[in-house]
Amino acid sequence: MPEGNPISLRNILVDGRGLGKRYLCGVDGKVRLEDLMLGSTLESPLAQVSGRSVLLKTRDHFATGLALIQLDGVARRIVLCPWDVPPDHLATLIADAEVDALVTDGEDARTPNPGVALRIGCSLMVRPAVPPPRRQHRTEWLLLTSGTTGRPKVAVHSLGGLTDAIKTSSLHSSVVWGTFYDIRRYGGLQIYLRALLGGASLVLPGVCEPVAAFLTRLRHHGVTHLSGTPSHWRRVLMIPANALNDLCYARLSGEIADQALLDGLRQTYPQAKIGHAYASTEAGVVFHVDDGLEGWPAALLNSSVDDVNIKVVDGTLRVRSRRTASGYAGSKDPLLDAEGFVDTGDVVQLRGDRYYFIGRRGGIVNVGGLKVHPEEVESVINRHPDVRMSLVRARRNPFTGAVVTADVLLNDQARVNERGNEVEQEILQLCRDALPEHKVPALIRFVPNLEVAATGKLVRPHA
Amino acid sequence: MSVRELVVSHMDRVAKEQRLTLAPLTDDLVLLDSGLDSLGFAILAVRLEDELGVDPFAAENIALPVTLGDFVQTYENARR
Repeated sequence: MPEGNPISLRNILVDGRGLGKRYLCGVDGKVRLEDLMLGSTLESPLAQVSGRSVLLKTRDHFATGLALIQLDGVARRIVLCPWDVPPDHLATLIADAEVDALVTDGEDARTPNPGVALRIGCSLMVRPAVPPPRRQHRTEWLLLTSGTTGRPKVAVHSLGGLTDAIKTSSLHSSVVWGTFYDIRRYGGLQIYLRALLGGASLVLPGVCEPVAAFLTRLRHHGVTHLSGTPSHWRRVLMIPANALNDLCYARLSGEIADQALLDGLRQTYPQAKIGHAYASTEAGVVFHVDDGLEGWPAALLNSSVDDVNIKVVDGTLRVRSRRTASGYAGSKDPLLDAEGFVDTGDVVQLRGDRYYFIGRRGGIVNVGGLKVHPEEVESVINRHPDVRMSLVRARRNPFTGAVVTADVLLNDQARVNERGNEVEQEILQLCRDALPEHKVPALIRFVPNLEVAATGKLVRPHA
Repeated sequence: MSVRELVVSHMDRVAKEQRLTLAPLTDDLVLLDSGLDSLGFAILAVRLEDELGVDPFAAENIALPVTLGDFVQTYENARR
């Protein structure tokens, strides 16, 4: 953090820039930050959670966004809990994080009674409150990893580490951020903090709000900065009325941003800067790339910008910085190696003077002993002008163990009937020209949609 | 189109894509001598499954076919 070491989010807001007309906005309403400073959305005095480990579990992340400002500096820990965490994971989460208070909007019957003694309701309504207690804790922020299998791990962060990558000097109060993310996940939380620290307002999507409806709200609020995963952005490009006249920054993170998508965004939003960022729940924010090209300059490897060190070990990226999580709650599993690096599991490849992400170490498909990363095949398929997005998966067979096949979603569904066969042949030709033959999909299937998870990432089946 | 015709037409297509030359496709042709490599057969199996809706090789302990006739028979059996 640039100026000293402010102890809490609330202090930053009160001491920092004028709150003016700044607000947080969800699908069900809008709360002015100034009002929030004078009141509370909690149904019990805030002092009750002082020094406690608080599980923050609300249906709409907007309620979480309001509660965070109040809880930080008061609670010992805040566990940011996405709504869709299965009940059995919830029980282990409560044990791992030593939760002794629950803050919830408790509307949904799916919430089991998690056996936490103190339960405090919260809402979207700001009520007058007694002056809040002094901020005396360096609250730990606990985030669930977006691991694809098994129970999620709980990464322990601090506000200092979470906000280290945020440069407050260059922002203006006219900025309105929007994000397609859930702010309870690392990528979304970054945007939430960026908006709060940078003097901006923030517009959040509602639970199950259709993308087109959210875009309408973003337009209404004159959103200037917007963030999401490549899958989110591909959906945006599929919506005919996707104009955002005030947009000056489109940010992609969480998945590999390929050139076809970056070019598509450049065409649709010529006035905006298009950037992609690389971050993970464990590694924190690593770098961002604003030159409009996929991949990242190899020079970043030795640059130590902001004391971020990155290196490539066995083709996989490792990161050391003050933005990484300090460990996992309730687990002895090491998060850092002996030298303090996080192993990201993201496989990279050097071509010329740039590195390219080619997939996840765990996602490799083995075709007759040769490795294929589904993402590298998808990035080739996505170059076809009629393709919006694609999912490459493994299909088992007795001859080579597996082959890859591709599910392809076209920009215009009518194309499938008009010239599906030709598009299929063109895609296969693109792949044959760019990839060795074991990476060329054995089969192309045109699909009406591809599932995107609550994390904003394409749902990948496990081979 | 019979299963045999379908198998033959897909073998032709895969061979063309992989730039391989096929031996004359008779029932007693040993698959290993057909000109398709294992990747070629893997692709063939995936496409036949897509078209016929069956994957005879998904079953455990299925005997791998030796000749083209066996291969066609495997698919015909699986469809029953």
